[in-house]
Amino acid sequence: MSGIPHDHYEPKTNGEKWLNSRLPIVGLLYDTLMIPTPKNLNWWWIWGIVLAFCLVLQIVTGIVLVMHYTPHVDLAFASIEHIMRNVNGGYMIRYVHMNGASLFFVAVYIHIFRGLFYGSYKAPREITWIIGMLIYLCMMGTAFMGYVLPWGQMSFWGATVITGLFGAIPFVGDAIQTWLLGGPAVDNATLNRFFSLHYLLPFVIAALVVVHIWAFHTTGNNNPTGVEVRRGSKAEAEKDTLPFWPYFVIKDLFALVVILVVFWAIVGFMPNYLGHPDNYIEANPLATPAHIVPEWYFLPFYAILRAFTGEVWVVQIASFVTGGIVDAKFFGVLAMFGAILAMALAPWLDTSTVRSGKYRPMFKWWFYLLIIDFFALMWLGAMPAEEPYATFSLIASAYWFGYFFVILPILGVIEKPLAQPETIEEDFNAHYGKADADATPAE
Amino acid sequence: MFKKLAIGAAFAIALTPAASFAAGGGDQHIEDFHFSFEGPFGTWDQNQLQRGLQIYTEVCAACHGLRYVPLRDLEALGYSEEEVIAYAAGNFEVFDPELDDFRPAIPTDHFPVNDGVGAPDLSLMAKARAGFHGPYGLGINQFFKGMGGAEYIASLLDGYTGEEKEEAGTVLYENAAFPGGWISMAPPLSEDQVEFADGHPATVEAMSEDIAAFLMWTAEPKMMERKYSGFVGVIFLTLFSVLLYLVNKRLWAGVKGKKHA
Amino acid sequence: MFARHTPGAGIGENLVSHAEDHEGTRRDFLYYVAGGAGVVATGAAVWPLVNQMNPSADVQALSSIRQDVSGVEPGTQLTVKWLGKPVFIRHRTGAEIDEAKQQDADGMAELIDPLARNANLKPDAPATDANRVIPSPEGEAPAAWIVQMGVCTHLGCVPLGDAGDFGGWFCPCHGSHYDLAGRIRKGPAPENLPIPPVEWVDATTIKLG
Repeated sequence: MSGIPHDHYEPKTNGEKWLNSRLPIVGLLYDTLMIPTPKNLNWWWIWGIVLAFCLVLQIVTGIVLVMHYTPHVDLAFASIEHIMRNVNGGYMIRYVHMNGASLFFVAVYIHIFRGLFYGSYKAPREITWIIGMLIYLCMMGTAFMGYVLPWGQMSFWGATVITGLFGAIPFVGDAIQTWLLGGPAVDNATLNRFFSLHYLLPFVIAALVVVHIWAFHTTGNNNPTGVEVRRGSKAEAEKDTLPFWPYFVIKDLFALVVILVVFWAIVGFMPNYLGHPDNYIEANPLATPAHIVPEWYFLPFYAILRAFTGEVWVVQIASFVTGGIVDAKFFGVLAMFGAILAMALAPWLDTSTVRSGKYRPMFKWWFYLLIIDFFALMWLGAMPAEEPYATFSLIASAYWFGYFFVILPILGVIEKPLAQPETIEEDFNAHYGKADADATPAE
Repeated sequence: MFKKLAIGAAFAIALTPAASFAAGGGDQHIEDFHFSFEGPFGTWDQNQLQRGLQIYTEVCAACHGLRYVPLRDLEALGYSEEEVIAYAAGNFEVFDPELDDFRPAIPTDHFPVNDGVGAPDLSLMAKARAGFHGPYGLGINQFFKGMGGAEYIASLLDGYTGEEKEEAGTVLYENAAFPGGWISMAPPLSEDQVEFADGHPATVEAMSEDIAAFLMWTAEPKMMERKYSGFVGVIFLTLFSVLLYLVNKRLWAGVKGKKHA
Repeated sequence: MFARHTPGAGIGENLVSHAEDHEGTRRDFLYYVAGGAGVVATGAAVWPLVNQMNPSADVQALSSIRQDVSGVEPGTQLTVKWLGKPVFIRHRTGAEIDEAKQQDADGMAELIDPLARNANLKPDAPATDANRVIPSPEGEAPAAWIVQMGVCTHLGCVPLGDAGDFGGWFCPCHGSHYDLAGRIRKGPAPENLPIPPVEWVDATTIKLG
């Protein structure tokens, strides 16, 4: 499967041969688990496993919660309280599911920014990157619809506001919004379909994850140097890599458990810290909460959505050029999805021949600024839509687009990269020295 | 080192609660009461919860329901089965669809719904309000002081200034803790309104704290079990991570050289 | 499985130090402890997922109910629902008490099921009338009350009261006859009507479960 030469499974006994000639599943598992992995991967490479864990955690706790939840506007809120008060351990399962969503997004953002820094999106890993972006979009959809299910005030009004985005599409917006909601407003039909899709999407994500893994197992992992594994022979490849099991499984598992300590402390001691108190009030279509705030993981893009108001000259030009078809509201929606699209286009916007940000002296600083920008947007997304936050939001949004559409293309041309190591082995030995007995770890 | 700082910063900011961003409506005064159930090792003060139940029954229940709280759960407040049966039958009547009539409540019933005068249900009030915010929407106060739902309730009940005004036919009462400063609920508590069996003083402030603690219990009855699970889990996972650290170190020792960097 | 094909891929083989044996022992011990902790973690994670399917607190609360029987006159029977099934609460008349005693004296040897099937007694208690009835509250004749599940032990139908050849209950489905103490006397049913956990809370209230 992989382009990196390595040992493959050889059935020995008659039983193994019998199975292998009919269903080569052991070989598939073997190749997947023993995939040669660059031995210099650092701690930023653990988040993939954390994400896989989150997906399983959310699916398992979700299936369990469904056994007690009732998707009906009259019963949904009460059924959550039933879970919290009556179901054996239900309060823990629900709090884990609630906060599990946050862990999922912490992990996915770090995973994405790791890819952006080390150039993991660059050829030949564009497909891996695009699939990853699709997974991220599915996660956003799943999280959004899941948040509606408890049928609290934020559930209801969040659903109203976000589905309203689709109403901004010119000409067909209203029809699409009505179709999404199954009626003129968020109601029982909406709750039921969101429940159905919230259950479906995680399995779509699981399928995409398989493709994601398949893709990067074909190209091989990127690594902190961005230098490719040598593939001339098995012996050569083994100087640059170690099998995924046990080296990286144990390393990732250690990191996962450390993260779970923090996660469990939050679930046990402050499970509502990341939530909104208004969601403990049952949905009321007649009273809007004072401030509708999305969950923290949507805030950066929510800030971009709100940044482009009718006073911004770009919006005015767009409106003028299109004869008013693109109004401020639609422009905001386009900007929000455009901000995600910009990330997805990174493989083609980045002109640099060097993959890893470690060897790009100018890129580094623009990248760090992007991280600060991301947190700034997150903060601004939660602030009221008034000055000075509106201006800050506009500046921060502009940098987000500027990074992808201006800085990435230009840097590749003007930047003088630092010297890169010849091989992964060289990088590894520079950190840790050569192993005692032999250069090959597995004697 | 930058990376380590970055991890720390990422966590600190990622943990910023959306709740804290909901601007608190100006200059509310929320007092940071010290409740026995706060912190990782705090526990319920059972006497306080019993006093809170008494205040709820004698004062709040006139207008407010507790629809999500089953009466049987009162055994967690230290009452015997017989006492809960007597309390349910003596204080509430519920409609029984099988009888098509009202009958005295039994422990398997919930506290009744009470929306007669449009007063909000109190079952989840202590989780549906945040007493603390900011600064600057960063959620730091909530991290250190807690969400402050109980503090908000106690501050509200103790926060009447005595001023009142009439607006569009409704009398509003000035309250230092209420967003906007004017609330339509008349001051519900007055000194020595309730007589406690344990002889605890019944000042407005003391009663405010008692009812706030009771409502925290109705909102999160499993808080102690939850914190216990959290404690055991954190200890176990910490030990497990140490073990995995050692295993990982051993595993890689054969691969990494002895260079000390 | 995997380690065999790639020497050095298994944890153990990778770390073989050629130096001392006791280091190897220490290493194995570490792996066993870590593995054990992993098993404990998995178990602790799986158990709540299993346990959540057990009856929830609201359902459990219904496993014990109280029934006011002050309105049940001698010679009548009250049927109440408990755990989703009918329970017969029979208040016997003096004549019925005497007849039940007579049935006891006549036919203990002919009982199809010699056991009391009374959840309040030991499983091997014999099916005497005294072992079938609930002890009476103060001021009432002994053996005045009998409480039993109204579910025929044959195939689960609800027997009729005051019917059958023995003056007790009769199951119309397949013709099982129970006597005044709810003992099977004739027909296909294999066992006496089961008696649930039951006690008097006060002189007029019965607690089931």
